[in-house]
Amino acid sequence: MPTVAPLDLDGHCITAAFISDIPHFALADGTVHRLDQGHKTVEAHDGLLCAVANDARDRLLTGGEDGKALSLCADGNAETLAEAGRKWVSAIAAGPRGAVAFATGKTAHVRLPDGAVKSFDHPRTVEAVAFAPKGLRIAAARYNGATLHFPATAGKPVELEWAGAHIGVTFSPDGNFLVTAMQENALHGWRLSDGKHMRMTGYPAKVKSLSWGPKGKWLASSGAPAAIVWPFQTKDGPMGKPPLELGTRGDTMATAVAFHPTEEILAIGYGDGMVMAVRVADAKEILLRRPGQSAITSMDWDRDGRRIAFGSETGDCGVIDISG
Amino acid sequence: MADPQTQIPVTVLTGYLGSGKTTLLNRILTEDHGKRYAVIVNEFGEIGIDNDLIVESDEEIYEMNNGCICCTVRGDLIRTVEALMRRPGRFDAILVETTGLADPAPVAQTFFMDDDVRAKTKLDAVVALVDAKHLPLRLKDSKEAEDQIAFADVVLLNKTDLVTDDELRAVEATIRSINPSARIHRTQRSAVDLAAVLDRGAFDLSRALDNDPHFLDQDHEHSHEHDHVHGPDCGHDHHHDHASPIHDATVKSISLRGGDMDPKKFFPWLEKTTQMDGPSILRLKGIIAIKDDPERYVVQGVHMIIEGDHQRAWKDGEKRESRLVFIGRDLDEDRLRRTFEACQA
Repeated sequence: MPTVAPLDLDGHCITAAFISDIPHFALADGTVHRLDQGHKTVEAHDGLLCAVANDARDRLLTGGEDGKALSLCADGNAETLAEAGRKWVSAIAAGPRGAVAFATGKTAHVRLPDGAVKSFDHPRTVEAVAFAPKGLRIAAARYNGATLHFPATAGKPVELEWAGAHIGVTFSPDGNFLVTAMQENALHGWRLSDGKHMRMTGYPAKVKSLSWGPKGKWLASSGAPAAIVWPFQTKDGPMGKPPLELGTRGDTMATAVAFHPTEEILAIGYGDGMVMAVRVADAKEILLRRPGQSAITSMDWDRDGRRIAFGSETGDCGVIDISG
Repeated sequence: MADPQTQIPVTVLTGYLGSGKTTLLNRILTEDHGKRYAVIVNEFGEIGIDNDLIVESDEEIYEMNNGCICCTVRGDLIRTVEALMRRPGRFDAILVETTGLADPAPVAQTFFMDDDVRAKTKLDAVVALVDAKHLPLRLKDSKEAEDQIAFADVVLLNKTDLVTDDELRAVEATIRSINPSARIHRTQRSAVDLAAVLDRGAFDLSRALDNDPHFLDQDHEHSHEHDHVHGPDCGHDHHHDHASPIHDATVKSISLRGGDMDPKKFFPWLEKTTQMDGPSILRLKGIIAIKDDPERYVVQGVHMIIEGDHQRAWKDGEKRESRLVFIGRDLDEDRLRRTFEACQA
């Protein structure tokens, strides 16, 4: 039986993540909480906007309304990566070998592994940033498309155009596809080898959570009464193939998704706070957490795939142990 | 679903540079009215108050990728409002200050078209500040000044001390001719009872129009007292000019009146009209008497976005009458009037 260890916090959880195997919960008020032999708290920002684990999963990278980008260790110590004054650090992403990308207004910044920072200006606001899995390459999601930059070289940026506002971005783990989430309840994808478009539409709500399955075979998404899971097994991606709908609910929406690190099992968080695990192969569902006080906003599996840290809109967070 | 109990009200302040927006903002932020405001401004510089709930936001218009050219939202407001609403409890309401040149439509539409923003907030009213002395000039050289008046639920006719009574009457008649349904308040140095500006519920269908029992009554001879609130320096008579003065405006309002409507005709007509004329319609508001329906039906809209609902029962002695006003550009008045009247039961 799965067991839930609740952690009741006061505020909107932006990101739940395991850092050095310790569950961390970054709240919008700027506090970062962790469960490390008791509940410990760090006041990281005056208003936190984004947080993500680094590639080595031993740092939590955060950005805030105070214009700071920080790198937090599991012992609560923080390193300031950048200060942007009154500009908000509205998006942050982790890259290979300790590289960090973040966005302030219309500029995407990349802090290279050697600590040097490169900045790329855009005509419109950078809504989200993501690193490609290999090589130093970032994508900046923006109005009417996404721009690829190569911060380590002087290569020219690559513009990927598609009308509308793009508010989230992710590379496939094999680096062959770029997928954005849009303002108008859709995903858009590009096959990077030839720029071919992939339209993934039909969501009743904005897609706020995306998760790639093991080996990049699937892309799970929120924004519907079920988790919408697109097949990416072939070189054509999901084109011409219907997505799977896993964990369908009649009375609420999937608000957060997180694939198990090695198995084709998807954790789905819902608008009412419920969390389920669903196996892709047979759509078998296991209840992990009963409905709580508010929508699940973020989930993360630990390295072994035994525990899930989850955060919610009003702060009823916790850790699910599926091995029981 | 949006829960009206927890939705935070949003007031939008529009107005040209120098119309008195910053003065009004400073008053709202400093006066003791028991409410805390988060304020979204274009530039920190103008407000001389240190308050961590003042957020700067650069106007950024997003066209929705749905083939509708008037479906625009403000991307910057979506981001800022979402971030503010993730830390509730710090404020009771939000004020959005727009630049003098801002188009109010995307601002208003943000609060209807973005589901997340809509779930957490509700547009309370669009308040336009107008400089009594310079409005005639502004109307000559900009479309924005006109749009701001056309969009407003409340117009503060400010700096009345800088004009003569005749000029004031003329400017007020101009505002009326652009927007007959807005409340007009004459002010100096933006000194207005804040209750006239805040918590108006102008987009709240259960309250809208009920606030204004004389909705569309401007053409009635006896009803001028309600048109504006008298300020302390407002010692004037009320023989307002009835004729709309010639102004340089391209916006016009079309007020339609009729009896009981046949719902099988009226609703398809309203949908078709807003689909077809959406880009030309800046605002529409109406109270509709539906045949055999004991309740008033109220509608309001911005471009193609329309909302309607039953509001309350018609009161005893209240005349069952359908009233609808369109404010917009290039509207075909004859066609609207003819097709509206054809929807009568």
